[in-house]
Amino acid sequence: MLCIDRLDARYGLFQALFEVSLDVVRGETVALIGSNGAGKSTLLRAIAGAIKVEKASIKLDGRAIGGDPEHSQIANGIALVPEGRRLFSNLSVEENLLVAEGAARKIGRKGEWTTQRLFKELPSLAPLRERPATSLSGGQQQLVAIARSLVMNPHILMCDEVSLGLSPVAVDGVYQLLRKVRDAGTAVVLVEQNVSRALAESDHYCCIQKGRIVLKGVSANAEYGRVAHAYFGS
Amino acid sequence: MAGALLGMLYALFGLGLSLSLGVMRMINIAHGDLIVLAAYLGSVCTVALGLDPLTSLVVVIPAMFVIGWLLQTLLLNRVVGRDAMSPLLLTFGLSIVLQNLLQEIFSADTRSLDAGTLSTQSLAIGSLSVGLLPVLIAAVSLVIYTLTFALIRKTQWGRQARAVADDAETSRLVGIDDRALFALMTGFIFAVIAVAGIFYGIRTPFSPSAGPERLLFAFEAVVLGGLGSVWGTFLGGLIIGIVQVFGAQIHTGLGPFFGHLVFLVVLIARPQGLFSKG
Repeated sequence: MLCIDRLDARYGLFQALFEVSLDVVRGETVALIGSNGAGKSTLLRAIAGAIKVEKASIKLDGRAIGGDPEHSQIANGIALVPEGRRLFSNLSVEENLLVAEGAARKIGRKGEWTTQRLFKELPSLAPLRERPATSLSGGQQQLVAIARSLVMNPHILMCDEVSLGLSPVAVDGVYQLLRKVRDAGTAVVLVEQNVSRALAESDHYCCIQKGRIVLKGVSANAEYGRVAHAYFGS
Repeated sequence: MAGALLGMLYALFGLGLSLSLGVMRMINIAHGDLIVLAAYLGSVCTVALGLDPLTSLVVVIPAMFVIGWLLQTLLLNRVVGRDAMSPLLLTFGLSIVLQNLLQEIFSADTRSLDAGTLSTQSLAIGSLSVGLLPVLIAAVSLVIYTLTFALIRKTQWGRQARAVADDAETSRLVGIDDRALFALMTGFIFAVIAVAGIFYGIRTPFSPSAGPERLLFAFEAVVLGGLGSVWGTFLGGLIIGIVQVFGAQIHTGLGPFFGHLVFLVVLIARPQGLFSKG
């Protein structure tokens, strides 16, 4: 359904992505693997509309949508959980979800994920809903950040560095939530530093090095050695 | 008492500046000239349509809202969020254009808005006798502040505004069109300016060159109260008003001077503003 076709992305004169091609199918999880600065975040941000790219280089169900602004991509059902969570510190936990739910509803995205339902799914967050969002622990904040994107009811949920800096227990909590998302039929694209975790949690994987895809395949058949080699470079 | 009532008008001057600084991170140098523009629009309404100044708000508020919306959409959205300097320069230019335009159309003579008996009536509160007009201005100012606060704290629109103020880039990732929000915001600010301008015009004679001083009082209210705090601006305006009236009792010409003096002292002692959270 989402088809990235020879995508180039630039920051000014610096070219960050070179002819990246990738397919994301409904209900599947794709893991992006690569070292810092390889272009994983750039790829996600380009798909989310935060970076201007060629119209035809991103297609959704055959329709060219590359370079459309963020709110159009959300209307298309593409949501990004940004690296570092980036919760709104002026807003309470609940308001962080409500602001996203309200904005998305206005551009025609509503569905089964609502703020109320997410507090039911994540009972640990319910008593914290009045608290300022950035006063929570890292793991709780990551759950709120994912929830904030889920209330926009995306077809494709992209998560940048979901487990960075979290305790092992918190990481388990995050992946538990992502499994629920996937089981509901939503495609997940995730960036994960931990290679074995990335392979275990995904259907397909894709290694990026210096802005180019160097290896991709089915996660279940991946050879750890080759993937690690693609990750670290030679 | 008279100072507190005057202060509430200054608070009304400052509200728009406080909002644009808090949410859009830009200072509108033409703010004072827009207050004067609103007063002139009121004047045109009274002359051409035969309305009294308060009724003219029915025309001036929507007119200013549309002007604000158009200005933000067509002009200010091109420069907002890039750096601090571009909006400053652009609105400085706008200020000069507005002043000259007003002078060209209405000449440099002073005008006033005649609200009839409203300006002369007074209320007796206990042993105190205060003018009806300043009390009305104060009440309206308080109502507008309360509404604005509720709008920002309790509504979806207010949540969006706070999210954008916090992190504009991320606010776009949750589906907020920040440029559209800014346009509505400026429209709202201009509607508040309309109210402030009409009351200003009823209270004081005005001329095309009166804008910069209005901007100064508004700016002092905002900075005194602490940047980005709505009620801080209200209290800042109150303080400036009280000090000005107090100063004018020492010497008639020294009212504004005392206001500036207090502003300077606070700026040195507490640069983040009196009621700032930071």
